Amino acid sequence: MLARWFHRRGWSDLVIGLPYVWLLIFFLIPFLIVAAMSFATRTPTAPPFGFGGENPAINLTGYSRLFTDALYLRAFVTSLANAAVAMVLCLALGYPMALGLTRVERGWRNILLMLVILPFWTSFLLRVYAWMGLMGSNSWFNHLLTQAWNWLVPQAWALRSLPLMHSNFAVVLVMVYTYLPFMILPLYANLERLDETLDEAAMDLGSRPFAVFRDITLPQSLPGIIAGGMLVFIPAAGELVIPTLVGDASSPMIGRVISDEFASARDWPMASSVAVALLILMVGPMMIYSHFEARAQSRESGT
Amino acid sequence: MSESLVRIEGVSKSFGTFQAVRDVSLEVAKGEIFSLLGGSGCGKTTLLRMLAGFETPTAGRIFIDGADMAAVPPWDRPVHMMFQSYALFPHMSVERNVGYGLKHEAMSSAARQARVREMLDLVQLTEFATRKPHQISGGQRQRVALARALARQPKLLLLDEPLAALDKKLREHTQFELMSIQERTGVTFIVVTHDQEEAMTLSDRIAVMDKGQVKQVGRPDAVYEFPNSRFVANFLGSINTWEAKVMSIADVVTVDVPQLGQRLQARPTSGVQVGQALSLALRPEKITISRTPLQGANVIAGEVKDLAYFGKDSLYRIALPSGALISVHAVNAHRGGDAERLADWYDKVWLDFAPASAILLTE
Repeated sequence: MLARWFHRRGWSDLVIGLPYVWLLIFFLIPFLIVAAMSFATRTPTAPPFGFGGENPAINLTGYSRLFTDALYLRAFVTSLANAAVAMVLCLALGYPMALGLTRVERGWRNILLMLVILPFWTSFLLRVYAWMGLMGSNSWFNHLLTQAWNWLVPQAWALRSLPLMHSNFAVVLVMVYTYLPFMILPLYANLERLDETLDEAAMDLGSRPFAVFRDITLPQSLPGIIAGGMLVFIPAAGELVIPTLVGDASSPMIGRVISDEFASARDWPMASSVAVALLILMVGPMMIYSHFEARAQSRESGT
Repeated sequence: MSESLVRIEGVSKSFGTFQAVRDVSLEVAKGEIFSLLGGSGCGKTTLLRMLAGFETPTAGRIFIDGADMAAVPPWDRPVHMMFQSYALFPHMSVERNVGYGLKHEAMSSAARQARVREMLDLVQLTEFATRKPHQISGGQRQRVALARALARQPKLLLLDEPLAALDKKLREHTQFELMSIQERTGVTFIVVTHDQEEAMTLSDRIAVMDKGQVKQVGRPDAVYEFPNSRFVANFLGSINTWEAKVMSIADVVTVDVPQLGQRLQARPTSGVQVGQALSLALRPEKITISRTPLQGANVIAGEVKDLAYFGKDSLYRIALPSGALISVHAVNAHRGGDAERLADWYDKVWLDFAPASAILLTE
C-alpha cells in the first residue's frame, strides 16, 4: 500500500521537476531581471533605474559603453587572461595529482583524497588572508623568494622584497590554490574509471609508458579535463573576492567592476550590462562545446 | 618435439605471502597451440602475465626464442596478448585498434594500411573498419582483439580465456576459427583456460595446473586417458574413483576395492607394489552396461538408481549392494522401444570394463 503510494508516477515527475523549478526560481528569473535591468536607464530614484516615461523604453548605453570605454574591455581581458592562466596551471598541477591518486593503493587513496578536500574545511576568506600574510613584504615567504630572486638575477635588479601583493601574479596564485580541488576531483573521477588493462594492452603492442599516456590515458580523460577546466575557468573569470583582496586595483577584474558599478557608482543598468556580457562570454563557449559533444555522441551511437 | 620457442625454467611468483606460481618448468614448441588449464587461482593467468612481461618472476627464468626475458619490458617482447576483456581502445575505430601496434614498426603508411586491411580480412571484419568497439557485437570484438594482437606478427600469441565471454554457439564456431587462423599464420599460441573442453579441442598439448604447480603436461588424449594424479583425473571430464589396495601383480594387477565389496583387475602400471594403497579410477564411458549377466574380468552387479537421457547418449548411476554409486556413460547406438533400451530405472544390471581401462593412481 505504502510502497505503491511511493511508486506513483507523480513522485518521479516531482524528482525530475524539482531541479528545473529550482533553476527557474533561482537562476532564470533573476537572470531575466538582470537582463531587463541592463536595458533600463539610470535614474536618481530608488531603485536607481527606470523604464519608459521620460526615459527611453530600451536604453543601450550600457552595452555601447562596454565597447567604447577601455575600462570594461581591459577588465574583460584581464579576467579572461587570469582565469585562463589559472586554469592551465590548475591542469598542470592537478593532472599529475589526479593520476597519482588513481595509482596509489586503496588505503592511501582515501587519505590523499581527503587531503585534497581538507582546505574546504577552513573559511575561504581566512585562507586568502593567510596568503596575503605570506606575500606581504615582511613575511618569511617573501623574504625567501626575494633571496632566491637576488641570487638568480644580476646585481642591478636586486630587490629588498618582491612586490608580490596587488598584482595579477598574486591573483593567479591564490586562484590556483583555491580552485585546484575543482580540477583534481573531476579529473580523478574520470581517470579512476579508466580500465587499466587498456594500458597493458597498449604496452603489450609496443608502446612505452609515455606513449601509453599520450595514446590511451590522455584522450580518454578529455571529458575530465573539460569538466575540470570549466569548473576552474568559469568561477575564476567572475571572481570578486580574490582580486579585491590581493589584486591590482588599477586593472580590476570583471567581478570587481560589476560590484563597483552596483555598490559605489550605483549604476545598476551598467552593472547589469557587464554581468550579461560576462554570462554570454561564459555560456557561449559551453553551449558550442555541448553542441559538438552531443553531435559526436549521436554520431557514435547511431551507426 | 620440434624446435622450442618458449622455455620456462623453475619460475615462481609470490604476491606477499601468497605463492601464485611454484617452480614451473615448461617448454613450448614453435607453431604449437599450448593450453594452460586449471581452476581459478591456479596460477595460469599469472604465468601468462609473466610471459607478457606484466609481472616479474620471483625466481626462475623465461626464454623466448632463446632470449632471456628477465630485463625485457613488455613493449619490447616479441609477444602479444589477447586479453580476456579484449581491452579494445574505446576511443579508436576498429582499424585504428588493429593498426595501433604497427605505429612502432618502421613501415610506410601505405604498407601499414595494407597490413591492417589484411588483418581485417583474416578475421572477416573489413566492413566494420570504421566502427568503434562499442558499435560491434561481442564476437566481432573478440576478432578485433585477435587481429590487433596478430598485426605485428608476434612470435608468440598469448590468449587469456579467449572464448569465455562468448555464448555457447559462437564459442564452438570461434574455436575452429582460432585453430584455422593459427594454422594459416603459424604463430605459436599459449591459451589460458578453465574450460577443459576448450583446452582439449584447441590444443596440441595441455599443461594442467593446480595451486601454482604444473601437474601434468601432454597431448589432450594422453592427459585424459593417462592422468598421473587424482587431481588431473578429476579435473578432466568425469571419473569414478575408489580407494583400493593391491593384492597381487601378475599379467594383471588385482586390487581389492572395499567400497564396492569386490576385487577388480587392472593393467600393470609401473611403480605399483603389492600391498600398496592407491586409487582406482575409471571413466564412465569405459564401462559396458547390460540387462543380461556379463562374462568378463570385472563384472559388477547393481541396480539403476538414476538415469539422465541426453539423446545421443545416457548417463546412468548404478547403485551397488554396498551402497556405492558408479557412473556409466553409454551411447544410445540403437533405435527402439522400451524393450531395446540399454537399461531403465530400477533395472538390475551388470557392468564390465577391460583391465586396460582402469587407471591406478598413486598420487
